[in-house]
Amino acid sequence: MEIIVCIRRAPTTDARIKPAADGKNYDPAGINFDISEYDKFALEAGIELKEKHGGKATVLSLGPSAVSKELRTAIAMGCDAASLLVSDGNHDSWAVASALAAKIKTMPHDLLLFGWNSVDSQSSATGQMVAELLGLACVSVAVALEVKDGVAHVERLASGGNRERVVVKLPAVITCQKGLNKPRQPNMKGLMNAKKTVIDESPANAPADGVTVLRMDPPPPRPAGKIVGKGPEAAKALVGLLRNEAKVI
Amino acid sequence: MSKNVLVYVEFADDKPSKAGLQALGAGCRLARQLGGEAIALIAGADVAGHAAGLGAFGASKVQVAQGEQFRVYSQDGLSRLLAQQADAVQAVAVLTSATPAGKDFMARAAASRKCGLASDCTNLEVEGGKIVATRPVFAGKALVKVAAPGTLWATLRPNVFAVETAGFTAGIEPVSVTFGVGDLRAVVREIVAGAKGKLDVAEAEIIVSGGRGLKDPAGEGKQNWDNLEKLAATIGAAVGASRAVVDAGWRPHGDQVGQTGKTVSPKLYIACAISGAIQHLAGMSGSKVIVAINKDETAPIFKIADYGIVGNVEDVVPALTAAFAEALKA
Repeated sequence: MEIIVCIRRAPTTDARIKPAADGKNYDPAGINFDISEYDKFALEAGIELKEKHGGKATVLSLGPSAVSKELRTAIAMGCDAASLLVSDGNHDSWAVASALAAKIKTMPHDLLLFGWNSVDSQSSATGQMVAELLGLACVSVAVALEVKDGVAHVERLASGGNRERVVVKLPAVITCQKGLNKPRQPNMKGLMNAKKTVIDESPANAPADGVTVLRMDPPPPRPAGKIVGKGPEAAKALVGLLRNEAKVI
Repeated sequence: MSKNVLVYVEFADDKPSKAGLQALGAGCRLARQLGGEAIALIAGADVAGHAAGLGAFGASKVQVAQGEQFRVYSQDGLSRLLAQQADAVQAVAVLTSATPAGKDFMARAAASRKCGLASDCTNLEVEGGKIVATRPVFAGKALVKVAAPGTLWATLRPNVFAVETAGFTAGIEPVSVTFGVGDLRAVVREIVAGAKGKLDVAEAEIIVSGGRGLKDPAGEGKQNWDNLEKLAATIGAAVGASRAVVDAGWRPHGDQVGQTGKTVSPKLYIACAISGAIQHLAGMSGSKVIVAINKDETAPIFKIADYGIVGNVEDVVPALTAAFAEALKA
């Protein structure tokens, strides 16, 4: 089975985000990066499926050359090959999906795995967009995944707290949610392997953004709050304030 | 391009959902500003009976796609329907709620029309004739204003947009599609229903959230979590949780609020024994009113809370439940 796992490099979730001088992007100064949270579940799923069914798991990303660090982490976890579409720009999901789809078209693929959402842009769109561009079926927000005889059996989180058990013939796109698995830590052999791996780099062929950022602002500051009191005796006063001052109850 | 706004109104429990009506309200106001019409689109196996009622919520026209292919949720089915109808009405904006379904099919529908998607928007406005959407990124650590060169495809965060009350007598149009059940590639074999009446934190108006300080519900924290559930039930709230709680396996990850969970904007958020890691604060700082209960008065949560009680959740939560029960009775 040929598996491609698409990952994104994003600021770590403990990062403080400040708009940059251009007023459109965030200021990268002092920010650490990592593989976006949910993409780690996609990596683990891809590696587990490859180990079980044989074949190859390739990790693919789009971003500046520095993303090679995250790609090497993916190799160290157990991916077999890595490709990077190099771009220093910021792109929306449509532009990223277009560039990824153009690359994936040139690669053999039975299963494409994505994180269901990114921790930075939070559009939860790229996987479905790639599926549309490649004419593939897609199941999003998977919390369980098995492949049998060319068919993926997926459990996904749906509206209303429901879980749907879905079957889909491969090739297909699956986006991965927390709960699917426990992403592994790279071992020594993996780390050695990652060092030697040559990353297949090519320029990202990204079109113009589908939605354009006009400006980025910090969230409006919240007015200073007050401590109503200490201990259970303060409960009554709090309820009074919620009812008469804040008017939310 | 026309000035028409197409709104897909999602159903829940066999009727238009609250989030769906909120999206329709936003679409109605946007259409009014643009000088166009808000056209509601509904789909299901048996939804036609609800069409006329949507006029009262701001739709001047309601399009009804009724058929077996819409009985259960399908990304294929809804994305094809939305793309088809966006073309048919020459929509300048296509809107739906940012629910699990809306977030899923809208991306595919937008891509099929070579468009991007503005996800989880919290404001829509018209500036110089152009639609500008505001959306939080990094779970609310920053806000971006975005626009599209052509049709704007957007999902709208629940509980942010008001339901419209200035109604119309809506014209009703049946919609026909050329695909059937057999064309839907991902086949739903079974739906495991969530707990009956369980509110999703992303759609709840009130959230009561628990942190690590409530302790293990399978051990010494059992009473604390029971107390939290009781508080939530008393005020009609959903129960949320911090990442630490979810990672410990104390609550399902669907309950997690924060940058790696759900970003929420309820009218009231009550944080119990949550100290306030930056990822959690980002995910809930869009709440209208924040209450924090924590024994540590230096906890970061108090910096963004409107009201705080310094104390142990063991005592404060039951006292709060009693105070709410009394106030709601009066």
